[in-house]
Amino acid sequence: MIALSDYLILAAILFSLSIVGIFINRKNVIILLMCIELMLLAVNINFIAFSHFLGDAVGQVFVFFILTVAAAEAAIGLAILVVLFRNRRTINVEELDSLAG
Amino acid sequence: MTFDPMHLIPVAPELFLLTAACAILVIDLFLKDEQREATYILAQIALIGTASLALLVGGGERQVVFSGSVIRDGMTDLLKASICVIAFGAFLYAKEYLKDRNLFKGEFYTLGMFAVIGMLIMVSAGDFLTVYLGLELLSLSLYALVAFDRESGRGSEAAMKYFVLGAIASGMLLYGISMIYGATGSISFAGIAEAIANDAVNNTIMVFGTVFVVIGLAFKFGAVPFHMWAPDVYDGAPTAVTMIIASAPKIAAVAMAIRILGEGLGGINADWQGMLVILAVLSMALGNVVAIAQSNIKRMLAYSTISHVGFIFLGLLAGSQSGYASAMFYAITYALTALGAFGIIILLSRKGFEADRLDDFRGLNQRSPWFAAMMLLLMFSMAGVPPTVGFFAKLFVLEAAIRVDLTWLAIVAVFFSVIGAFYYLRIVKLMYFDKPADSAPLQAGMDTQIALSVNGLAMLALGIYPAGLMAWCVAAVA
Repeated sequence: MIALSDYLILAAILFSLSIVGIFINRKNVIILLMCIELMLLAVNINFIAFSHFLGDAVGQVFVFFILTVAAAEAAIGLAILVVLFRNRRTINVEELDSLAG
Repeated sequence: MTFDPMHLIPVAPELFLLTAACAILVIDLFLKDEQREATYILAQIALIGTASLALLVGGGERQVVFSGSVIRDGMTDLLKASICVIAFGAFLYAKEYLKDRNLFKGEFYTLGMFAVIGMLIMVSAGDFLTVYLGLELLSLSLYALVAFDRESGRGSEAAMKYFVLGAIASGMLLYGISMIYGATGSISFAGIAEAIANDAVNNTIMVFGTVFVVIGLAFKFGAVPFHMWAPDVYDGAPTAVTMIIASAPKIAAVAMAIRILGEGLGGINADWQGMLVILAVLSMALGNVVAIAQSNIKRMLAYSTISHVGFIFLGLLAGSQSGYASAMFYAITYALTALGAFGIIILLSRKGFEADRLDDFRGLNQRSPWFAAMMLLLMFSMAGVPPTVGFFAKLFVLEAAIRVDLTWLAIVAVFFSVIGAFYYLRIVKLMYFDKPADSAPLQAGMDTQIALSVNGLAMLALGIYPAGLMAWCVAAVA
């Protein structure tokens, strides 16, 4: 039998991986978008696990909303990425440094 | 559970604005470029209508509808109306700026209106799901607005940074929400407060979740150490968009913080108070000190926002009714001040010239004594000089902090606001005691001039008579 804590540990590992991915990745903005998706999916695992073990459906409803918003967020993120690439001819994170001070 | 049409009345402002925004989106498609003014006028009418509707359905007992997802009480009435008024002002100031830069398009107004709907939803949220959906509607609209100038490399870079850091903030907030849901078995603020009161929660998971929720909130406010996005976004975005980001969303963020921390997690006040103290001290220190080193006024105002967020946290962390009322007062008056300050920057700018350096304010008094005086009032208000309203806003939050025996924190806050006065007064010095570098006359329509005058004089009027708005804020949280 898989316990609640196992699910929570899995979600925590995925969540940490996504944070680490965002901060150590210096090459590609698309990887940042993938990390953001991973972060939201880790949260979803949390919600589903709690929802199952609490016997309460609200957590699962929340997950549907998170998935929908994540799709909208990815669409906006990719749209900004396209504009950025057209203007700067690069999506290298290290070269996004024209704003500083 | 049956559906009661009466439940739609408390959300009438949101429904009206949503319908109007969708209608304007379609109407705009049929307009020629020279008829674009119609979109602007319709958007302004929609905002006035929403504000009046919020006051019309407001008043009276607190209503909780849609199984606890939506709340309507004194706080929602006041904050919805002020958000609409601030957005109205922002649209008004932005018009000339957008026309000069070939950005006068319907999308600006529809995205702006959707951002306002997001803020209204955040204000009236009764559970974490509604708060999250409102927050995302606001954030997604703002990401798109920052990248609104598609030809600008700086704008798209700012949008990318804002998007990535905003998405991390949402992820943190959600992770915290999932933990709180696990600990209490509820996502509604009332349910969470009840579970805490009954001592039916796992304390470790609860505090763990609270930490993540506070981090998410701090990101959205732009509090140190989660402020990295603010200067870059303020600087890179078109000034008209910076004005929107800097003003109304702060009011919605305060409402979100009061709902989550006050109504939901009020029972574990002692746990989050310490976190907010650290955020407040760091924000006031870093914001005020780094702002001195800026030569770009948009970046300077970004750091100034960070320091003002520290003051707002001072009111929130008191965790008392008067603390929340003072935070609300601070946010509303700050939004009005920031709106005016960015309005003046837009007034000074013209086609091909952004007026975003401090040097562009040199000798403004000789070019236009009246608007130099307005900027003087706005800067005095930000610095907290009596009799402008900024003084009373600071006084009320300090009073709230002292009432909960955080006198040392109030002293730290006063110390840093004295440091902060330096860079506000530097602008006053540039305007009055330096020679103008640029002698071009100011171009602005009569509507912008009147609105800016009203905005500047409101600083003085609210400062001379702060009791009216403060009484409204106190009644709103009671």
